[in-house]
Amino acid sequence: MPLTDSLRDDILASVPSLRAFAISLSGNGDRADDLVQETLLRAIANIDSFQPGSNLPAWLFTILRNLFRSDYRKRRREVEDAEGNYAKTLKTQPAQNAHLEFEEFRTALDKLPQDQREALILVGASGFSYEDAAAICGCAVGTIKSRVNRARSKLSALLYVDGAEDFGPDNTVRAVIGGNGG
Amino acid sequence: MKEVKKQGGLNAEIQSRIGHQLRAMYDDVVRQGVPDRFAELIRKLDGPEAAAELAKKDGGE
Repeated sequence: MPLTDSLRDDILASVPSLRAFAISLSGNGDRADDLVQETLLRAIANIDSFQPGSNLPAWLFTILRNLFRSDYRKRRREVEDAEGNYAKTLKTQPAQNAHLEFEEFRTALDKLPQDQREALILVGASGFSYEDAAAICGCAVGTIKSRVNRARSKLSALLYVDGAEDFGPDNTVRAVIGGNGG
Repeated sequence: MKEVKKQGGLNAEIQSRIGHQLRAMYDDVVRQGVPDRFAELIRKLDGPEAAAELAKKDGGE
């Protein structure tokens, strides 16, 4: 379809969530904005292949996700460094409580396999249906569901269950009185 | 013996906390709106050709 003013407005309206998706995927604001810019250029360059009436945000997210994937492969070596720098910027922030919790969450999210992370974000934050998320990722609906479930259980293990295991004294006491069988 | 639930019984409270944090992180960016650079970019592109030109330049090297 041609690039009408109303299509322009619709694309522009998707920019905030495209940025949020890009930042969630890459964990790096500058890289995320480059990714969004590239997405917008690709989208408009290929606007003729967009079906009027179909889901514009899903179409744009698909482009961004594919760009991120190919970019990620290309830059695999640079990524380690970028992540190291990201971690450093986090550590220099003042440790406000809310901020600390946010960092912990962000760190845990970064530990998820890419497939699971993107599925969780699309469904849990972007608000796409399982069907749309499956179309964006080019996989079956069942695959998305299981990725989201695995992402959730892994996050909860990283953020909460591991923490609960830190109650060392309990374990020590148990070890000392162990054998008596309570 | 009382044990911390590890798998399976992901309790609802933890799940809702994860959902809440995920959306908070995401919405924090969404609330920043559209940065000027993107508004300008979309405004100045006349059509597909202009975008293809720029994309070529951007990804050129």
